[in-house]
Amino acid sequence: MRAADALCEALKAEGVKHVFGIPGGASLPLYDALYDADFEHVQVRHEQAAGHAAEGYAKASGNVGVAFATSGPGATNLITAIADAHMDSVPTVFITGQVRTDLIGTDGFQEADVTGITMPVVKHSFLVTDAAQIPDYIHKAFHIAKTGRPGPVLIDIPQDLSRMEIDYEPITGAPKLPGYQPNTEGNIKQIRIAAKALANARRPVLYAGGGVINADAAEELRELAASDRFPVTCTLMGLGAFPAPHEQWLGMLGMHGTRAANYSMDEADLIVAIGARFDDRITGKLSEFAPRAKFVHIDIDPAEISKNVPAHIPIVGDVKKVLPKLTGEYRALAADASRLDEWWRRIEGWREQYPLHYEDTTDQEIKPQLMVEEMHRATGGNAIITSDVGQHQMWAAQYYDFSRPRQWLNSGGLGTMGFGLPAALGAKVAMPDEQVVCLAGDGSLIMVCQEFATAAASEIDVKVFLMNNGHFGMVRQWQELFWDERYKSVEMGPSPDWVKLAEAFGWTGILCDRKDDLAGAMKTALETPGPVLLDVRVTPNENCYPMIPAGAAARDMVG
Amino acid sequence: MADGTKDLLNLDELRAEGGLTGRRHLLSLLVENRPGVLARIAGLFSRRGFNIDTLAVGPTEDPDISRVTLTVDGAVHPIDQVTKQLHKLVNVIKIRDMDPETAVAREMALFRINAAADNRAEIIEFTQIFRAHIVDVSRRSITVEVTGTTEKIDSFERMVRPHGLIEMARTGEVAIARARPES
Repeated sequence: MRAADALCEALKAEGVKHVFGIPGGASLPLYDALYDADFEHVQVRHEQAAGHAAEGYAKASGNVGVAFATSGPGATNLITAIADAHMDSVPTVFITGQVRTDLIGTDGFQEADVTGITMPVVKHSFLVTDAAQIPDYIHKAFHIAKTGRPGPVLIDIPQDLSRMEIDYEPITGAPKLPGYQPNTEGNIKQIRIAAKALANARRPVLYAGGGVINADAAEELRELAASDRFPVTCTLMGLGAFPAPHEQWLGMLGMHGTRAANYSMDEADLIVAIGARFDDRITGKLSEFAPRAKFVHIDIDPAEISKNVPAHIPIVGDVKKVLPKLTGEYRALAADASRLDEWWRRIEGWREQYPLHYEDTTDQEIKPQLMVEEMHRATGGNAIITSDVGQHQMWAAQYYDFSRPRQWLNSGGLGTMGFGLPAALGAKVAMPDEQVVCLAGDGSLIMVCQEFATAAASEIDVKVFLMNNGHFGMVRQWQELFWDERYKSVEMGPSPDWVKLAEAFGWTGILCDRKDDLAGAMKTALETPGPVLLDVRVTPNENCYPMIPAGAAARDMVG
Repeated sequence: MADGTKDLLNLDELRAEGGLTGRRHLLSLLVENRPGVLARIAGLFSRRGFNIDTLAVGPTEDPDISRVTLTVDGAVHPIDQVTKQLHKLVNVIKIRDMDPETAVAREMALFRINAAADNRAEIIEFTQIFRAHIVDVSRRSITVEVTGTTEKIDSFERMVRPHGLIEMARTGEVAIARARPES
């Protein structure tokens, strides 16, 4: 069988239903094979979008997302998405064409050392040097991408090798990878110590991250929280791992988290970090982070434990397996629940004193926070929401109240503007029966607006709710607050007529600039078949609060 | 922290793991013998801000496996973090943080030293004291091969440097665990 056809067979054997990509010279044999493949190829308009669509596909469904690109510029265009998938631990496989083996190293046309360039941002990569390796590498790539701490795996295939004839045998079972054996079970002795620490804690907090969602362990987290009245907070990446609202839910923590969550971390005596990595957007000033707390850290990646914050009780394992054991051990201790009464009184005090709030307008101007609340109402709180990066992302995180995992898809670690639209395309392809809404920023959307064409051509029914404030809003906010209002290059200037732009691509475009029209416009947008862009004009200079200023401690939140 | 009743665990007694060890660590890695593996290791060190003091790479008894021996300053970098990050590389099969008590570590070095008539005898004497070998001689210089511990090579360097050290090349340490006496 031709190697390119074997590649498609191998992908099919891994359960692939959709791939995203753009063809090119070095990937011609691969695309010739795709002509006959048993899965669908979604042709995007820029390789970065192929990568983000694969991420959206993976985040929404839990299945590995796959993107194709050709050599050189095709592959380098993927790199932002690969780095994004690496930072947010998204199970993805990227397949790039490479120039012919006899051209490698000669600066051939469209040659780039893609395995070299991507080395710092992949979980692993393979450069095919013998066509017969292809089925084995595919099998290994999928195994590595989805097990342990998930992440991106790249396979670079020289054009001549993908045309060669090889023997193809489907490969099943665990691949032979002597240097790759993730520890999933968790050390039971450590888990017992953690249970005892919880039983002795008077001011505990469960701090859950994206690892809970990756592990499909939201149910297990709820069980642990329910084993006593443990307060729960989630990172940006963890939203949806614990249902909001909930009496034990503190809200998101971190730079734009709630005061209840951040103050709880600040005063906690025991913090149980679950699939979270103590990012600087969580800790603020590291030396003043949670100064009274001892740390239980549960993570499948041992290198995360004690990387930023030294753990007192490290537990390496899959949270889906560790949490039920911890819950069981904790319940067996029959701890006195009343010891948490005082802690809860303190937390209730913060909740009452510092709820999330904003000043609504008295006229028809639309506040961005109101737009998110209105989105929640219009979608019944049930849609899959993707976002770009910036103020709108933080407002969505604060005001949408995500109730289930895989409902909130955004770029957390790398903070990639332009993530939202292609991720929404990928999510909708993965979950065609779900309502998928991209909450876009106008600064971000224009970076990927060519993907309107993908949605139109491939008939992908996504809705884009554009929070249009005419600025790179978060940068504007920082220039206002920390750079003496010296605004530089943050105004979008003469923005496009978004309605016309959408219509030019064959979308439906709707403009909304009055508060009274907002609910109706959203309803219309959601009910209109096919892709729809709703351009919502919001307050141009609203700031996102509360906020831990960069380099400050949680207790010094402002706004 | 013995198992038993919960009262035996006082949160105040919990100690955090990790941190700096304050000494030099010799890490012996078994890695897959494939193109790019060394680049992955070197890249990991540079992007995580770790500094490699010495590095030696060579084959092992198994042609599919190479050994990378590197030294890292545990006073500057948390060695725990270094090894855990190295373990994440799929091509890294095994890592041993070699305990100086139970490992044999050696380094080889070549020194080209000024050796005019007035100090030639002294250089030859150092060579004998250090059980080193003269491997090349010219009218003005002598080249000496020294094998031994890093400390031995350091002290040889200190002895000959005042005589005019023209050039020095060191391999970096390689190490192997000592066999137990009974095995």
